[in-house]
Amino acid sequence: MKTKQDLTPIAGGGLLDRRLFLKKGLTFSAVVLSSDALANSDLIRPESSKIAGKPFLNYGVPSEYERQTIRWTMANSMADGNGVSWTPLQDLEGMITPNGLHFERHHNGVPTIDPKQHQLLIHGMVNQSLLFEVEDLLRYPMTSLFCFIECGGNSNAAWRKKPIQTKLGYFHGMASCSEWTGVPLRLLLNEAKIKGRAKWLIAEGADASLMNISLPLEKALDDCIIALYQNGERIRPENGYPLRLIVPGWEGVLNVKWLRRLHLTNRPVMARNETSKYTELMPSGKARQFTFVMEAKSLITQPSFGHKLDRKGFYEISGLAWSGRGKIKKVEVSADGGKTWAQAQLQDPVLSRCFTRFRIPWQWQGKTAVLKSRATDETGYVQPERDALIKARGSHGYFHYNAIVSWKINPEGRISHVYA
Amino acid sequence: MCMRKVLFYFAILISPMIQAQDSPQLGQKVSQKLVEKWNSNIFPNGEGLPIGKGTAVYGKKVYQQYCQSCHGTDGTGASADELAGAQHDLTDNPPDKTIGTYWPYATTLFDFTRRAMPLDKPNSLNTSQLYAVTAYLLYLNNIIGENEIMTEKTLPQVKMPNRDGFINIYKK
Repeated sequence: MKTKQDLTPIAGGGLLDRRLFLKKGLTFSAVVLSSDALANSDLIRPESSKIAGKPFLNYGVPSEYERQTIRWTMANSMADGNGVSWTPLQDLEGMITPNGLHFERHHNGVPTIDPKQHQLLIHGMVNQSLLFEVEDLLRYPMTSLFCFIECGGNSNAAWRKKPIQTKLGYFHGMASCSEWTGVPLRLLLNEAKIKGRAKWLIAEGADASLMNISLPLEKALDDCIIALYQNGERIRPENGYPLRLIVPGWEGVLNVKWLRRLHLTNRPVMARNETSKYTELMPSGKARQFTFVMEAKSLITQPSFGHKLDRKGFYEISGLAWSGRGKIKKVEVSADGGKTWAQAQLQDPVLSRCFTRFRIPWQWQGKTAVLKSRATDETGYVQPERDALIKARGSHGYFHYNAIVSWKINPEGRISHVYA
Repeated sequence: MCMRKVLFYFAILISPMIQAQDSPQLGQKVSQKLVEKWNSNIFPNGEGLPIGKGTAVYGKKVYQQYCQSCHGTDGTGASADELAGAQHDLTDNPPDKTIGTYWPYATTLFDFTRRAMPLDKPNSLNTSQLYAVTAYLLYLNNIIGENEIMTEKTLPQVKMPNRDGFINIYKK
């Protein structure tokens, strides 16, 4: 039985102890019904059980009742393939993003690539330039990384003066999380034998923009992989089929899709996507460059903009936290706009550079409440408030927005995005 | 022989075996000639630039034919980015980020145009057109003169106004 003490809020606005449902004895006992045998015609059967079901599909699709759970796409009016699609984080649970809902940023569309025609070239400051066929790479020892990919430009609408009123995924959804499986990059680089002077690696994709970008060799040798699989199946075309460079915890743009070439050098190439874009202009007029790491961020996904609380009482607040520096150590939640905070439960597994799901029970009292979440990672880095981020960086940096997000719930249970 | 020495020789003996087992070593050795054909990277010092030349005069025609529909008349921006004609500095509110106010290297302009532009016809501009349109965009930003010839030698020497505007956060 729940005791009165368990339901005593531990922070303002009705936040309850995160261990509420984990405590011994707080189980709901099943109600056992016994009855005499009924005549067949009196048995209650759902309609779905009265006709034969549909035949098999070779590849499953979501329920017809879940068709609203889709990526929201936004393309250049003059070029269909130049744009972004956003993961509907507000509609998803757990920590893994379904493959069909992983966010996309394409510079010039999704290329059609026959894996038999695709090769990966490693050259530059190596003793031997090497060319790899896709089918050869499938023979290499593989490893899996559970990690998020987040675009450096994710959440950029939050730099605006007024809080944007749209669903969470439509402005924070350039972040997704998958199990990526493939060949450790260091195996291939070691096979080509790296020369001592090499410090950078310039990666290039096989899309219509031949997207290229420079990555420190140190990171490439540390934990990067050439992924062939995403969540168990071969990577989909929009996510880089047949090969994608995975750079855990660093800006999405470095995770080059349709990877065709790795050039080892002693300096960065100064590509468009590391100079004119993916750099952050500060109030001084100087811009931050090579800001690779995606700093700790958290978002409350349930409830969030577009959801409605129909009646006061118990709700579970649930959300996602991640850090490009490592594991999430804790997530605190506030229901009173940041006056008081309570620690949320982190759902296992808590993995490095990976989405971490957090939860905390909450009694909504039917009054105005402002929900916030604040992540701390294992390095001690604490997700900043919006004011602090803008004070440090100004508001024209565009990239790397990771401040605390606030949802205001009015007495009718409607939710708006606020700066609080 | 002391144990440490034994281990040392043992390690030397088995290390090639371990390496051989590390991976199947299936990379195909390729010639420098093939590498050159694949390598499209262009560096700030001009490494990678193809031999060629062009001026803003011809570049204006290339721009009007291939670029203007998205980037607007004289690079002032439309459905795609503003490229020239900044009305504000980088310290203004809002700042104006164009090739002239923001891009640190002229070589990046040639490199990106060759890789990615125009979106509807990638890989359609020849080397002369690329040098010419690069020259035109530099001219529009008041960085070079209308008749200044851009080549694999002169382009890397163009000093962009915001060349020193970046702070390397990674520092390596």
